[in-house]
Amino acid sequence: MDDLKNIVPKCIEEDISFGDNIVTSIYKKAEEISNEVVTVNDSNHGRIERKIDNLLTSKIFGYPFMLILLGLVFWITIEGANVPSAMLADLLFGFEAKLTALFTSLNSPAWLHGLLILGIYRTLAWVVSVMLPPMAIFFPLFTLLEDLGYLPRVAFNLDNAFRKSGTHGKQALTMSMGFGCNAAGVIACRIIDSPRERLIAIITNNFVPCNGRFPTLIAISMIFLGLGSASKFSSVFASLSVVAMILIGIVVTLLVSKFLSVTFLKGVPSSFTLELPPYRKPQIGRILIRSLIDRTLFVLGRAVMVAAPAGAVTWLVSNIDIGGISLLAHLSGFLDPVGLLLGLDGIILMAFILGLPANEIVLPILIMAYMSKGAMLELDSLESLRELLIDNGWTFITGLNFMLFSLLHFPCGTTLLTIKKETNSKKWTLFTFVLTTSIAIIATFIINAIATLIGIV
Amino acid sequence: MDKKVPLHLLPVGQKAKVIVLLNKGLSRRRLLDLGLIKDSLVKTERLSPSGNPIAYNIKGSVIALRKEETKNVLVEIIS
Amino acid sequence: MGLTSQSSGFSLLKEKFEIQKKPNQKVIALAGNPNTGKSTLFNNLTGLNQHTGNWPGKTVTNAQGTFKYKDNDYLLVDLPGTYSLLANSVEEEVARDFICFGNPDITIVISDSTCLERNLNLVLQVLEITDNVIVCLNLMDEAKRKGITINIKKLKEKLGVPVIPMVARDGKGSKELLDTIDKMIKKEIKTTPYRLTYNKKTENIVNEIEKKLKNLIGNKLNTRWLSLRLIDGDKQILKSIDEIVKNNSLSKEEI
Repeated sequence: MDDLKNIVPKCIEEDISFGDNIVTSIYKKAEEISNEVVTVNDSNHGRIERKIDNLLTSKIFGYPFMLILLGLVFWITIEGANVPSAMLADLLFGFEAKLTALFTSLNSPAWLHGLLILGIYRTLAWVVSVMLPPMAIFFPLFTLLEDLGYLPRVAFNLDNAFRKSGTHGKQALTMSMGFGCNAAGVIACRIIDSPRERLIAIITNNFVPCNGRFPTLIAISMIFLGLGSASKFSSVFASLSVVAMILIGIVVTLLVSKFLSVTFLKGVPSSFTLELPPYRKPQIGRILIRSLIDRTLFVLGRAVMVAAPAGAVTWLVSNIDIGGISLLAHLSGFLDPVGLLLGLDGIILMAFILGLPANEIVLPILIMAYMSKGAMLELDSLESLRELLIDNGWTFITGLNFMLFSLLHFPCGTTLLTIKKETNSKKWTLFTFVLTTSIAIIATFIINAIATLIGIV
Repeated sequence: MDKKVPLHLLPVGQKAKVIVLLNKGLSRRRLLDLGLIKDSLVKTERLSPSGNPIAYNIKGSVIALRKEETKNVLVEIIS
Repeated sequence: MGLTSQSSGFSLLKEKFEIQKKPNQKVIALAGNPNTGKSTLFNNLTGLNQHTGNWPGKTVTNAQGTFKYKDNDYLLVDLPGTYSLLANSVEEEVARDFICFGNPDITIVISDSTCLERNLNLVLQVLEITDNVIVCLNLMDEAKRKGITINIKKLKEKLGVPVIPMVARDGKGSKELLDTIDKMIKKEIKTTPYRLTYNKKTENIVNEIEKKLKNLIGNKLNTRWLSLRLIDGDKQILKSIDEIVKNNSLSKEEI
């Protein structure tokens, strides 16, 4: 449409005085109207709010407060989830026993019972009992912080680090969304306008553990840091280790962002504006509904949908024999050399690979796979999970590397699809996959190497 | 008092009037859009822990801006 | 491209905004500054009738929901929160394009009563684009606490469109809003939206360009506003107009 392009003379298009005049006129008019219709009687308002903000963003307390708050959220989550988790597990596994009895009384074939109960039902029971309680506590707490208006303060505090990494301060906000779900975090990257910075935010979003990985991180940290200390401080240690994981995630995000800014995605930071909205009294009812229905049930539903077929596949893999050895043993034997180099094992790697559709099912798959090997029949508490893992050769380093691998490895299938959609590029999707996985492999390899060298393992 | 400073040097708690924006391109558009137009009032609200960015009160909203952008905004301190 | 000969705005509505409008459904756009309670109002009006898999939190994509009031079905489109529509960011572009090219039957602008001046900036910009505007003054309770009083009647006169005070989180003002929407759809309310006049230099150029633009695209769109955007150096708007122009010539050929 050449007509259209020539409609405005070039000299006018380039003359900023027109644009300035337009913006200024609108604002002036807004000011004029506002002055005519608004009367203010009390300008002292907001003093307390200002004081709170000064504290939350102060040089001394700004960062420590963020950490304490994060730790507190996890401590409440872990402490609060313990009892309901155990109750749910009791209930669901008690029901499993009844189902098994029913199958036996009906003389159903062993494979049917295995596939349906030991495969699908058991995985589902684990997903529900491990994931539901922490999510039902974590999400409302997180939504509460969101509603209060604390997240922009976090972005404000952290912006300098992002600026130094050559990226946008709003990346902190997209990371916060990533806590909920990385796919959502990737979509949220739209709030970053500069394509370069947006891409960096998309690629690195996965280094924030999403809720699909939180329960896994929490469970493993409870086992190897919490229960290990066997004191009433166990949940404190566990929350500290989850916070540590998040800090590692943030540091990796910044380092990778910096790396991308000086290599593949060179450039200088673009303009940055961030509103610090006034604190608002949170609406508890809405928070509960929003976080429980929109987030918790949504995520749980997704996990259940994926877990059912994954449970079936895992059961089949561990019960189909080829040459007298189960398919599972073949697979894990194949992956074992690599797994052991990383301080993990073949089954763990297999669980991560099978868990590609959703991170939530990595731990259930792992448990299933281990249980199909051993004699253990009942698994109804974290204590028995701990025994199961230790029986399978887990050490402190395995636990640590498992958590690190979970934190750093490839994004889940949904997130990858979202990245593809948002970047409109297979190349960047693949790049993200390779980059994150390489980092996970390198990190776990180094830790395992060090541990082996100094003789911890 | 008649003191002109770049916006990023405006001390916390101080009010000032915008004299001129020297930013160009998108940065200029953004700042204008936020209400940093000639003669409008601005107040430094608070510094972030590291001193950059800095939050300003512009037309009733608190907005954080990086120094790189505000150093090109000239303001006049109002006592 | 799959452009149909239907009303140009409508095809754009479908393509660009992924909106599925049923026939007879009235489209309402919901605009506003960030943090003005836009999502709260959206939820108030639509309840659980939102068909969006959108993650709650930041509205970056536009959420849609439906509701019924009296004789009409409505489709409510939640636009990203912006300070302005001058398209300096993706969010602003989405909001602007929808209000201008999406042909909503009504545009609601929700404003924060505690900082009206900043919010009026957006209101005035919306008034430049379209006639059927309703301004909601949200957070009236907070304004009251801050000792702020707003002369609603005067504001209404100044803006030339309905102004409704509300406390969205308590649902206050929703009824009045719904009634106003109903009346506006039935054309029982006539608006005389305030349109800014710029300085002479700008106005002269605008008039000149508007004439040319009218020749090209006719009266379908708000040519004055488009001309303003053009002299403002807005490159994106060219593309959008281009689509409309192509669409126009296409439908002419078909006839």
